[in-house]
Amino acid sequence: MKFERYGIGLIKGMVVTIKHLLRHPTVNQFPEQRLNMSRRFRGNELIWSRERCTGCASCAKTCPQGAIEIVTATNLADNKYEVQKYQVDTGYCIQCGLCVEVCPYDALFMGYSYERAKYRRGELVQSGDELLESPQRPASGYFHPEIAEKLPKQTLLVEKIVEKRK
Amino acid sequence: MAIVNFMNNSPLPMQVTPADWPGGYWWHWVFFTVILIVFVLVMVMGAIYIERRGLGRMQSRLGPNRVGPFGLLQPVADAVKVLLKENIVPNSADKVVHWLAPIIAFVPAMMIFAVVPFQNGALLADLNIGILYVIAISSVSTIGVFMAGWGSSNKYSLLGAMRNVAAVVSYEIPLVLAVIGVVLMAGSLSLNQIVLKQDIPFILLQPLGFLLFFAAGCAEINRSPFDLFEADQELVAGFHTEYSGMKFAMFYLVEYGEAIAMSAIITTLFLSGWRGPLLPPWLWFILKILIVFFLMVWTRTTFPRARIDQLMALAWKFLLPLALINLFITAIQVLVWPDALPWILIFINIAIMVILILLWSKFFKLGWGRIEV
Amino acid sequence: MTTTGEITFKTEPFVLNFGPVHPSTHGVYRMRATLDGEVVLDIEPVFGYLHRGIEKLAEERTYTGFIPLTDRLDYISPMSNNLGYCLAVEKLAGIKVPERAEYIRVIIAELQRLANHCIAVGSFLSDCGAMFTPFMYMFREREKILDLFDMVCGQRLTYNYMRIGGVSQDIPDEFLPALHKFMGTMPGMIEEWENLLKQNEILLARTKGVGILPREMAINCGISGPVARGSGVKWDLRKADPYSIYDRFEFDIPTGEVGDCYDRYRVRVEEMKQSLRIIKQAMEKIPSGPIRAEVPHLIRPPAGEAYAHIEAPKGELGFYIVSDNSIAPYRCHVRPTSLINLTALREMVKGWKVADLIAIFGSIDITMGEVDR
Repeated sequence: MKFERYGIGLIKGMVVTIKHLLRHPTVNQFPEQRLNMSRRFRGNELIWSRERCTGCASCAKTCPQGAIEIVTATNLADNKYEVQKYQVDTGYCIQCGLCVEVCPYDALFMGYSYERAKYRRGELVQSGDELLESPQRPASGYFHPEIAEKLPKQTLLVEKIVEKRK
Repeated sequence: MAIVNFMNNSPLPMQVTPADWPGGYWWHWVFFTVILIVFVLVMVMGAIYIERRGLGRMQSRLGPNRVGPFGLLQPVADAVKVLLKENIVPNSADKVVHWLAPIIAFVPAMMIFAVVPFQNGALLADLNIGILYVIAISSVSTIGVFMAGWGSSNKYSLLGAMRNVAAVVSYEIPLVLAVIGVVLMAGSLSLNQIVLKQDIPFILLQPLGFLLFFAAGCAEINRSPFDLFEADQELVAGFHTEYSGMKFAMFYLVEYGEAIAMSAIITTLFLSGWRGPLLPPWLWFILKILIVFFLMVWTRTTFPRARIDQLMALAWKFLLPLALINLFITAIQVLVWPDALPWILIFINIAIMVILILLWSKFFKLGWGRIEV
Repeated sequence: MTTTGEITFKTEPFVLNFGPVHPSTHGVYRMRATLDGEVVLDIEPVFGYLHRGIEKLAEERTYTGFIPLTDRLDYISPMSNNLGYCLAVEKLAGIKVPERAEYIRVIIAELQRLANHCIAVGSFLSDCGAMFTPFMYMFREREKILDLFDMVCGQRLTYNYMRIGGVSQDIPDEFLPALHKFMGTMPGMIEEWENLLKQNEILLARTKGVGILPREMAINCGISGPVARGSGVKWDLRKADPYSIYDRFEFDIPTGEVGDCYDRYRVRVEEMKQSLRIIKQAMEKIPSGPIRAEVPHLIRPPAGEAYAHIEAPKGELGFYIVSDNSIAPYRCHVRPTSLINLTALREMVKGWKVADLIAIFGSIDITMGEVDR
């Protein structure tokens, strides 16, 4: 007589659960402990560089949502395009990063932070100087390896918790 | 006072007030009632805390830990939140039934504690039919649950309530039969006497009885793995779907109050109640209740839930025959070897339990014999 | 209907609505179930609550600009959707993908399969009532995989990683060591999950023999993926119609015999083990080189049509693209895996109980994003 289902599965399950009770939980207490984001993180905002942008509008043509609006005018004095208005509606933006990828002059960066909630929907539309890089708005290394090298290493769960197992 | 005199002086050995209690009957009654109400409410809060932290730690996460140090005030926050919520009654509900249901469900859970001993002779009422009173009272809360399901005019609630009634009625029988084994060993129905007779805890002398009582008790009080009366995944919340505010708090109290009550009965019957070496007796009592409750939390974390027909099949085809056989064997042992060395009996009983479970689970079939579990 | 003299006792089936918002329907899915007591007689599915018009939107986006939208189809395994779409466009335009990109695609797709099965098995077990314990354990492993994806492309859910002609960015230097560490811990984790619930008697009683999908019906309805393999149909697109470089790896295809919920659960767990094998082989042989073919950003494939299908974690996911030599597809149609697997639900469920309805629905593993598009 082969005895197979007399309760041994129940007991094995209970052993697994009680072992977990004695282990360190996999929890990150959020506001006090923060993890480092990925170096190529596609954060909630766009960062624009006024010096490098030439107004070619490749980003606006590539954006699947049509969230970028550019108004340029000719500036015969300096013999180049002058970007009069560069406006991004971050409410429409889906953070796909296609604009950063396609910019031929490396003038766009994705943001590195994720706590960018606003109180009014009108504040989500950012233009001009609000989009420049500043210490409060660091840039991430998505498609920019030179920035990615300087950012801190990402915290990985495989490295934080080490289970002693074969 | 006439009735008290009658009860104290009657030829029946029914002692309402212990002889050495200062102050007489009414002082005893007030003191113990207050102690019981405070005890039940505090233990329910402690139970909620242990369950949420224990469940969290076993799932590799923390439980609540923001409210108060280590999250100890979380049940208080829960109580305050629930009190401040709006009390919504559905339009087509039966108002009286809907209102009465939580009360009828909650009162029996409290009443069980009237006969549970905290110390030698320290109970509200030392009835000499203690355990029979407990079993009778614990069935009354089913009526409250069914009223909740019916009075909500909601098909989910009705389904949950129907399942509950069917299951509770079926699990009464193995529960009672498991208790009778203990009563035979102790020789009395009074809970105080049962504790006094346990020089060796009855869990060693009646291991099969303990397992049966635990399983049947979990089914009676909607604990996992039998918590299908309020299965989150199927019937949004079962019989208490349409309840909010204080009435929902009553149902919540019922669930944990009955869990603590069942733990208290298990410690009294099987784990020798308040007896223990060093600490004061009431502390041992509370510790043992918490250990049994932790066992319930542990099974809740691990097991999936049974289906209603599997639940009924378990009661009638598995637990009931085992309970009858256990009763038979206990009766033989008490009659034939009343003064046997307890260690031989322990060994024999544990061996019988193992053999019975192995054999009977081989014969247990579900689904009209098509599916072998 | 039973008649006793003049009293007739009539029972009639009632309709219970498992509404779009329910604790356990995977997304916004509505079922109107006709129940006779607890037994399900018929269900009528109502979906479309998550329709976003993705196929129509494709006609207004460029070929590359559509890739972020394919992420939102089956949002549990977006890399597979990206891969299917890119394969379809590459077939249409005749683009050859470089070697390193192919290997990276295979590693990412198999990691995605692991992550998807973590959720599928975890939510199936918690639908059976296991109180989220296996769900939490599996999410811990999925977190590790999502960390790897985060390292590669910067997001945890909507990756937008595959491009037409390769992948968008090269894997960073710390990817392969982290993947190596992950591969060290994962087999131990899978073994721990099996200890937890593979032999659990309650789970066996709940899922064995329940919701049987016969082999003939699976083939006739066009079911694919683990659902079909659980019914005994040995069909896996990675072996039957190899795409990308899957013909260079050796792996087995686990199949079940009976086609009940338990077989589908076992097929998924075994598939996870086979995915680990593939990843290990790919990690050893990955060459260096370019990661993307020379493809313009605004690609204009020649006029024509192409259909490419992949073995997504849920089944056969196909993309049918018609192009008229402009920068946007003329028509893009998605063969939704989950919708076609869902058509068999009605036959699988008839005659079982309410609790089984939820368990069977969980074992098919659908995502409403794919059903409704």
